[in-house]
Amino acid sequence: MPKWFMPFAALTAVMFTASPLLIANADYESTMGLVQKVFYYYLPAAWVFLISAIVCGVASARFLVSGSPRQDRLAYAAAELTVLFGAIVLVTGPLWARKAWGVWWQWDVRLTSSLMGWMVAWAYLLVRKYGGPGSDKLAAGLALFGAANVPFIYISVNYWRTIHPATSVVPTLPVDMGTALWFCVACFILLFVLLLRLRVHLEEQRTKLDALFLSLDE
Amino acid sequence: MRLALLLVLLLASPAMAQQPPPTQQDEFVPVSQLPAQDQLPAARLLIAAYAFVWLAVFAYVGSVGRRLTQVQHEVERLEADIKRGSRT
Repeated sequence: MPKWFMPFAALTAVMFTASPLLIANADYESTMGLVQKVFYYYLPAAWVFLISAIVCGVASARFLVSGSPRQDRLAYAAAELTVLFGAIVLVTGPLWARKAWGVWWQWDVRLTSSLMGWMVAWAYLLVRKYGGPGSDKLAAGLALFGAANVPFIYISVNYWRTIHPATSVVPTLPVDMGTALWFCVACFILLFVLLLRLRVHLEEQRTKLDALFLSLDE
Repeated sequence: MRLALLLVLLLASPAMAQQPPPTQQDEFVPVSQLPAQDQLPAARLLIAAYAFVWLAVFAYVGSVGRRLTQVQHEVERLEADIKRGSRT
């Protein structure tokens, strides 16, 4: 593992431990009250979910063009993180919605396209695990669809007005709510970088193991 | 008979007029004034959301750590086998 990994891991742990203090001190939103505080983990997780799908798509495109195993390992790691952060979004979102909207789920365009993006990431992992020879390129094709879905997820709420708020919420936040939010965004981005590096390291070790098995056969 | 009926109607009409109006069903009621069974517990939903985030991240880190340890043990074992093989 690189030298920067452990100091960054320690920093991320400290920041995550401090985040509940900032969240607790941020003002209550006037209409939703306490449950709105789900927002401080929900939104950063949602952004990281989208970033992860883009990383997976870009790395897959580069793998398809160049055939670089390094890009393939990066795409595989990012796909797993897309599933992780997507699960966080798809579980914490309904918990917030149940109180704020009165329903657990709505088949509106933002929620449905997010679910689709999450399912594409699952499909990527399933193809990689059970697809047999050549599944790496097939999965890379799937990742391109997953990445193409990301801008649609983001802007959909501005074109199809539904129960979900538009993208104009964050710039209008008061200072203490904004501070807590951006602190949590930094926490989640650090966590994403660390987990991505850790997961890529696992793939590197697997590649090394495969090379050792091949050398034993010869 | 008709006179009696008319008298009943005339006497009953003020009583009907004095009945209280039906309860307004669409009247605004603040959430805090709703009966307890109609209120959703925000704290439980909030705790569930944060607990899920922490558990999911810990479970994932644990899963990657376990897989990494397995692979690294296997790598070390194979490297040792190859060294032993090259000596003989």
